[in-house]
Amino acid sequence: MIAFKLAYKNLMGAGLRTLLIVFVLSLAYVLIIYMNGLYQGWDRQARIETIAWEVAQGQYWQDLYDPYDAMTLTDAHATLPASLEESAAKGKAAPILVTQATIYPEGRMMGVMLKGIDTRQKILSLPTDILDPEADEITAIVGTRLAKSAGLETGDYLLIRWRDVHGTFDATEVKIAGMFKTAVPAVDQGQVWISLTKLQQITGMPGQATLVVVDSAPEEGASLSGWEFKGHDFLFKELEEMIRTKTVGGSIFYIIILALALLAVFDTQVLSIFRRQREIGTYIAMGMTRKQVVGIFTVEGGMHAILAVVLGAAYGFPLLLWTQKSGIKMPEGTDDFGMAAAEHMYPYYSVALIIGTIILVMIATTIVSYMPSRKISKMNPNDAIRGKIQ
Amino acid sequence: MRNGNIITIEKLSKSFPIGGGEFTALSGIYLTFEKGEFSGIVGPSGSGKTTLLNILGSLDTPSEGQTNVLGRASTQMNPKVAAKLRKQHIGFIFQTYNLLPVYTVYENVEFPLLLLKKTAAERKKAVLEALEWVGLTDKIKSKPSQLSGGESQRVAIARAMVKKPDLVLADEPTANLDAENSHHILQTMEKLNQELQTTFVFATHDEKVIGYLRRIIRLEDGKVVSDENIKK
Repeated sequence: MIAFKLAYKNLMGAGLRTLLIVFVLSLAYVLIIYMNGLYQGWDRQARIETIAWEVAQGQYWQDLYDPYDAMTLTDAHATLPASLEESAAKGKAAPILVTQATIYPEGRMMGVMLKGIDTRQKILSLPTDILDPEADEITAIVGTRLAKSAGLETGDYLLIRWRDVHGTFDATEVKIAGMFKTAVPAVDQGQVWISLTKLQQITGMPGQATLVVVDSAPEEGASLSGWEFKGHDFLFKELEEMIRTKTVGGSIFYIIILALALLAVFDTQVLSIFRRQREIGTYIAMGMTRKQVVGIFTVEGGMHAILAVVLGAAYGFPLLLWTQKSGIKMPEGTDDFGMAAAEHMYPYYSVALIIGTIILVMIATTIVSYMPSRKISKMNPNDAIRGKIQ
Repeated sequence: MRNGNIITIEKLSKSFPIGGGEFTALSGIYLTFEKGEFSGIVGPSGSGKTTLLNILGSLDTPSEGQTNVLGRASTQMNPKVAAKLRKQHIGFIFQTYNLLPVYTVYENVEFPLLLLKKTAAERKKAVLEALEWVGLTDKIKSKPSQLSGGESQRVAIARAMVKKPDLVLADEPTANLDAENSHHILQTMEKLNQELQTTFVFATHDEKVIGYLRRIIRLEDGKVVSDENIKK
C-alpha cells in the first residue's frame, strides 16, 4: 500500500514526464486492442459469412474430392448414402455436384467451377430458389465478382462447356437468372451455380454429388463409407492461418509503439534512481529492506501502466466503440486475398482481448521498471543518504 | 545488552578499500552508551564520526570487533534483522534533512509509523504529538519545498521521534542551519531526551551542538582520544 501511495505521489509530482509516458503507453493499449480487434472482427465476420454462404455446419466430402486437385475432381462424385439422401429430403443437408467447365463471356474463355445445388436448400444463403430445375433452359446464378469480371448481367445468356461422366465435351447456353452479393469469394469468383438435377442430367451423374453441406455436425465417430466429414476445424484452417499471418504482420506496428513506451519507462526509472539516491538511503535508514525499496520503484514504474489504462479508457473507449458500431470501410480489392471480407469490417473487442492486452502491457512495464531498480540492491546506503553519485 | 548499556562497542575497526590499499576509518574502539544519554562523537572531518554512527545504526558493518546495539550483536545481524532494528528502535536525523519531497509534513512524519503498520488512529495521534513537540502543527499540509531549513530539520526530528525510538542517531544535524535555528533544534532534542529518556548520539564538530552535550567522545584518525562526561 505504501508503495502504491508513494508511487502515485511521485508520478503526479513528475507532471509532464509522467503524462507523456502514460500517453504513449495508453496509445499502445488502444492500438493493440484496435489492431487485434480488427483481426478478431475480420476472423469472426469471415467465419459467420463463410458458415452462411459456404460451409454451414460442416461438409461431407466424397473420398476423392480435393478442391485443389483438378486431376481427381473428375472422379470425385458418388451416389449419396441413404442417410444423407434422407437428410437432404428433410432439408437438413444440401448436396452439391462439382465439375470443371469453361464459359465464353463476350467471346473470351474463362475456366469456372460449375456447381449443381439442390434448389430447395435453405442451409446456405445462396439464392438457389431463383433457379428453376423444371425449365427447359438451364438457369444459373452467379456472384457479383464473377459477373463483373465476365461482364454478365441478369438475363444474359452464357455459353458454357463441360465434360460429362465419360469425358465427352458438351456445351449449351445458360441463362443468368440472378446474381448474389456475398463477402465470401469462394462461392463467387469463378463459380457458376445451377440446379443439382440439371447438372446431374447434363453430366450423366444422376443421384450423385461431390460434397454435401449439412446444418448440424454429426456425432463424433459417425462415419459414412466413401464420404468423409470435414468440420469447422478443418474448413477454417486456412482462414485461421491467414488471420494469424496478418496478425503477426500488423503487430509490428504496435510492438514499435510499445517498445517506445517501455524505453521511456526504462529511461525514467534510470534517471529516477540516479536522482533519488538520498530518498533511497532514507527509506533504508527508516527500516526498509533494499528489497522493499526495489519494490517501491518497480511499483512506481509499473504504475505508469495503470494510469495508462485510465487515460486509454478515457479516449480509447469511445473511439473503439465507434469503430465497432460504424465499422471500417475496407479498400477495394481486399477480398482478392481470397478470404471473406465485407465492404465494412467491424472490429470485435472481446473481454479476453482487452484484459489480455492490459496484462501484457502491465507485465512488460513492470519488468522494464524492475530491471533498473535492481541497482538499488547494490547501493551503499551511507553514500545514498548523502546523495553521493553511485 | 550488558550492565544496563544499550550500546556496547568492543575492539571495533572499520577499513575501506581505496585503490589498491585500505583506508582505516576506525581502529580499536571500545565504548558503551547508557539509556538516556545525550552524547556526541566529536572530531574533525575524516575522523570517523559518521562511520561510527552508521555502524551503530546498522547501516554498515564492522571490519573487526563487534557492536551490540539494543541487544543485537553486529556479528549476528543480517540485512533483514538490521532493517527491523532500525524500523522499530532507531531514529535518524541527517545533515541534509532527507525529507521525502512528494510528501507533506504530516505524511513525512507518518511514514515510519506506516512501516510499523500502526492503525490510522494511532498514526494520527502520534504524528500530531510529534509535530507539537517540534512546534510545527501549523505546517502539516506543507511540502518540504515550502519549509525553511530550520523547519525541515524540525520535521526530520519529528519523523525520527514519532515512533518513540530507544536511540536517535543525529549526523551533523545543525550543519546547514543558522545559530538561532540550531539552538532551537538542540533545545527541542534536549527536551525530548529528558521527557522520553531517548538516547541521543550525535556526530558533530559544531561547537553549538557540543555545548549541549552531556558526554563528549573525541575521535581523531579513527581512534577515541577522550571520553568525558560534562556536568550540567
